[in-house]
Amino acid sequence: MKVGRVAGTVISTINIPLLDEHRLLLCDVEDVDGRPSGYTIAVDVVDAGVGDTVLILDEGSSARQILGLDHGAIRAVVVGIVDELVVDGEIRPLT
Amino acid sequence: MQLGRVLGSVVATEKVSGLEGIRFLIVQPLDRGSRPDGETLVAADAVSMAGPGELVYFVASREAAEALPERFVPVDHAIVGIVDAVHLDAVHLEEE
Repeated sequence: MKVGRVAGTVISTINIPLLDEHRLLLCDVEDVDGRPSGYTIAVDVVDAGVGDTVLILDEGSSARQILGLDHGAIRAVVVGIVDELVVDGEIRPLT
Repeated sequence: MQLGRVLGSVVATEKVSGLEGIRFLIVQPLDRGSRPDGETLVAADAVSMAGPGELVYFVASREAAEALPERFVPVDHAIVGIVDAVHLDAVHLEEE
């Protein structure tokens, strides 16, 4: 899993049926020091909002397990909202 | 999933079985601000509706084949949606 920050949402009308029922979040992925390290578009299952620091799962079979699917083109899922990050014994401020 | 811009299409008559009827599009991956980012790639069009110039999002790796009717096929990128709008916290990147 990766830590990231929700930067925005992606709106789409035409998509594969599986994605009809899910909100898509554009998340900036962060490294351990909070520096940006790319982005990913992830399905939201925890009602995260813009600005939240989140936990992003990026693996297909776990993603399908969370959504209760046997099959489906899904990989990145926002699976948690981070309350606190401790790095080297110190609380890292959430950006 | 990542954002991409469709640049064109690929036509191939001779293909491995399982890929018949699938459209292949040339896609330029984009960064979150819709600027080109990385090498272009060929992606299967799982929505069957994407066309040149469109802003799309695609899934990579094993999950790409999951987007297609025949799931056990050699495909590593698939377009799974056409973007209407991206709302970032400070900017709004709307498609026409």
